[in-house]
Amino acid sequence: MITDAAPLLEVKNVVKHFTVGGGMFGGPRGIVRAVDGVSFTLYRGETLGLVGESGCGKTTTGRCVLQLERATSGSVVFEGRDLTTLNETELRPVRRKIQVIFQDPYSSLNPRMTVGQIIAEPLGVHAIVPDAGRRRARVRELLNRVGLLARHAERYPHEMSGGQRQRVGIARALAMEPALIICDEPVSALDVSIQAQIINLLEDLQAEYRLTYLFIAHDLAVVRHISDRVAVMYLGKIVELADRKALYDDPLHPYTRALLAAVPIPDPELEARRERVVLGGEVPSPLNPPAGCVFHPRCPIAIDRCRSVIPDLREIKPGHWAACLLA
Amino acid sequence: MAIRPADAFTEIPEVTGRRARWWAATKDFVRKRPLGAIGAVIVLVNIIVALGADVFAAYDPLATDYGAMLARPSTAHWLGTDAFGRDVLSRIIYGSRTAMIVGFACAFFGATVGAVIGVASAYFGGKVDLLIQRVMDIFLAFPLIILALAVVSILGTGIQNVIFAITVPMIPRASLVARSSALAIREMPYVDAARAAGFRHQRIILRHMLPNVMAPYLIMLTAFLGQAILLEASLSFLGLGVAEPTPAWGLMLRGAAVQFAEQAPWMAIFPGLAISLAVFAFNLFGDSLRDALDPRLRTQ
Repeated sequence: MITDAAPLLEVKNVVKHFTVGGGMFGGPRGIVRAVDGVSFTLYRGETLGLVGESGCGKTTTGRCVLQLERATSGSVVFEGRDLTTLNETELRPVRRKIQVIFQDPYSSLNPRMTVGQIIAEPLGVHAIVPDAGRRRARVRELLNRVGLLARHAERYPHEMSGGQRQRVGIARALAMEPALIICDEPVSALDVSIQAQIINLLEDLQAEYRLTYLFIAHDLAVVRHISDRVAVMYLGKIVELADRKALYDDPLHPYTRALLAAVPIPDPELEARRERVVLGGEVPSPLNPPAGCVFHPRCPIAIDRCRSVIPDLREIKPGHWAACLLA
Repeated sequence: MAIRPADAFTEIPEVTGRRARWWAATKDFVRKRPLGAIGAVIVLVNIIVALGADVFAAYDPLATDYGAMLARPSTAHWLGTDAFGRDVLSRIIYGSRTAMIVGFACAFFGATVGAVIGVASAYFGGKVDLLIQRVMDIFLAFPLIILALAVVSILGTGIQNVIFAITVPMIPRASLVARSSALAIREMPYVDAARAAGFRHQRIILRHMLPNVMAPYLIMLTAFLGQAILLEASLSFLGLGVAEPTPAWGLMLRGAAVQFAEQAPWMAIFPGLAISLAVFAFNLFGDSLRDALDPRLRTQ
């Protein structure tokens, strides 16, 4: 579904380090390499899935795109402008164009505001709908669009269910008429039946408004369903990036293979017969990542060279990138 | 140790409608915290008396009656008269007005300004936070009364200056409490959402963060009320607060009250009782409210 030649978003070599410990009185200062050189490109109208286990830096990557975290180095080019060079005032008009849907529908809405106020606020602040009367009408429209009723505008978030709140979150993002929406595990906290509804809603909205999604998740089945391309992250780095079909049918990186092998098959006989790739050990701490390929301590096919050489993300087949010496 | 269920307001059964919820919460409060309820009643009586002083007081608090100087409590003067023949009860009633004005004004301004500073400090974080908190620490290093004394001695006496003098030392205390709650709110996704929406700092602080520190704010407000009343009385007693002949409880304890303590003890006993009762009631109510709203703050 790549439709435009010029990319909407280009993330180039973004690094985000957090310092931990150490204060006025010394003590060992550690650096958490949450995101360690991530690059990818997003084209208008497509969905890029970003998967990986907890703590691999996928959420931090999303926050760096949103400029909620300022990247330690690297650039985030949106519609041709490098956001990392803009200050808070210059960013304000751009922020409208990049919106976010959070994982937790309980804490992502201000408990002291009604649903109507939450959705209307950006309409007023950004003068998208300056007239108060029209704004109410627009809120009703947005509520209907995400599958809620006009009377929900009077409610407080705590008076709604998780799925309904997530719809409010989507309506709030939509209100700003964004080009890009960072979906940070938007369905992980929901029941499976509600998950499908929200996914379908996101897909409908994408088709209608030509939205671009950066879809962050750990659920491989959900990512497979919604994404055009998928990037796999491990310990702050992208280890594989490919079209959905290529990635799921022919994974090149051993970590991707292990991830896919861990997805349960909903058929007990097939499930019992298939071969398993079980990863030994734990994810190393991003405080002290291993030398060479970060995956080598757990890699079933690692060779000596993996301990010392850092593999670049290279294009192994057209459009199929992997960071593995053996791919 | 007996195991008690966590009895926060949130645990009351689901009732529809705001009024019904408030009513249920009030009943719950009275049932679980009778002492707090007694405090609340005394506070209410205090407020009503202060508001309706003109109705309740039998005498003009400033009217002197040289025929009835130092009169003992009688049917004419229930709590006796002072050295100028002024009715002690009427002066206590009018004095409650002074106490309430000073108490509420100081508690409101102190808690509000402090909360805004604290929340802003937590929101901006980093160096701004460090700087604001160190300045607050400087103020916190002085006891309330010393700081209030210092401010009064700079500005002079009078009710507005007293309010200002008592408000100043309350601000850093309020800012500490508000900041600690706001630090948690700072990390909430809805604050991130507001930032991602491109809202200004001012809007995020005032609309998204401040309303969510309401519970600690209310607790501070009630706690400060008692303190402010006591401080006003102390300042007036020291001659640095409200000036004669304005009726004020602290003022009634000094001067002639000391001089005639043996002949006319009612001159000092009753205003003293009024101070103790009011402060006690405000503290009882404040403590119970704190426990009810936020069980985590119980040990502070």
